[in-house]
Amino acid sequence: MTSWERFLDTFFNAKVMAKYWPDILYGMWVTIELAVLVVITGIASGLLLALLRAAGIRPLNWLMIFVVDVLRALPPLVIIVLIYFGLPSVDIAPSGFVSTWAALALVLMAFSEEIFWSGITAVPRGQWEASRSTGLSFTQTLFFVVLPQALRMTIPPLTSRTIAITKGTALGSVVAVSEILGQASSAVSNSYNPSPLMLGAAAYLVLFIPVVVAGRWVETRFAWKK
Amino acid sequence: MAAPIIEARAIHKHFGALHVLKGVDLQVAERELVFVIGPSGSGKSTLLRCLNRLETPASGSVVVDGIDLLARATDINRARQRIGMVFQSFNLYPHMTALGNVTLALRKVAGKTAAEAEALGLAALDRVGLRDRAGHTPGQLSGGQAQRVAIARAIALEPRVMLFDEPTSALDPELVGSVLAVMRELRQDGMTMVVVSHEMGFARAAADRVVFMDDGQIVEQGAPAAIFEAPQEARTRAFIGQIQRH
Repeated sequence: MTSWERFLDTFFNAKVMAKYWPDILYGMWVTIELAVLVVITGIASGLLLALLRAAGIRPLNWLMIFVVDVLRALPPLVIIVLIYFGLPSVDIAPSGFVSTWAALALVLMAFSEEIFWSGITAVPRGQWEASRSTGLSFTQTLFFVVLPQALRMTIPPLTSRTIAITKGTALGSVVAVSEILGQASSAVSNSYNPSPLMLGAAAYLVLFIPVVVAGRWVETRFAWKK
Repeated sequence: MAAPIIEARAIHKHFGALHVLKGVDLQVAERELVFVIGPSGSGKSTLLRCLNRLETPASGSVVVDGIDLLARATDINRARQRIGMVFQSFNLYPHMTALGNVTLALRKVAGKTAAEAEALGLAALDRVGLRDRAGHTPGQLSGGQAQRVAIARAIALEPRVMLFDEPTSALDPELVGSVLAVMRELRQDGMTMVVVSHEMGFARAAADRVVFMDDGQIVEQGAPAAIFEAPQEARTRAFIGQIQRH
């Protein structure tokens, strides 16, 4: 066996791959499910928090800033572990899937709140004043005048942040979520061969390259035409 | 003189330690065009912004068209429909067309249907000579056109008074004329206007009264000819001398 053949046999072992690709495919579906849930709930709650922050209720905002900063400072893996192993001690026992979803959604909520908030504050004061001077209320001004401009500014940073956090679904393998990496690593232990990891990597590429490309398209599409 | 349509009394306003308005009284009659001039930092823009409560005075009273703007019970959003405002930097909504800018408050505040709002919006754009620009976004308009759209946005609500905060200061000189022409037409239609501006030529030609402010107070006021030709106060003379040299 030449060293090249040995390399292929180790990392791209056809027999092992043939046996485990259905597991990896199943893992892809779990990853997609998890990612979609994280993106929807994380961004929606982040937007909600940013809108709440715009209302300017001081004590609430201090609390919000504190929670958001803590969530942004903690590694996502730590939050997943805290939820999965910590909550059962108060008689809540979320599954690995739910723990990973909740943790990543919280992290995305924290980052997207900051991104939405900076977008809202970046809209010039004159926009608020012009709208209020025609009789629109604070809330109407926020929704019809400020938010559409803010969202447009937030799309590029939000896209890259969302992709980064969505890739964190791989952390679910630590708490026994059968997503791509979880499936791949158990296949590796069962087959004594790392080829399933290559399959897993391929699965991530198949999933995320379109997302990254779409992200770039969205970024150029929504850039301000000056 | 009939009861004034704008009646501001003893207005005080502070920005932190800065006492910006020190007991200002201003009455404006219906159909009157009042020009407010003065050095920068004299409080003239702040005074104007108190007249639609974009700034809330610390004390004093502001009554516009019979509505006490500072009363707790006043619905300020309703009151502001009667008080149009035009800003130095236009402040058009960049994500909407010219028509969208003009119709937003018609739909959301005045409760017009989309069709009614569009008809009124087009009529307002017509009044400022920009009906053919209805579908353009602010980025596609010149400064003069943008400011005229901003005027259309305000007059579409059929306000009782119009406030202008340095409406031509951000414009290239060759575009000033088109905005002043629209203001002149408003004047001819009998609109009550308070204008903060240094367009002395326009003031001379169109204003009923010129108010000179300095250091948070009204120093002197009177007919344009009197203020420009024969100012009584030393501070007024110094200011008029300065701007006429330029």
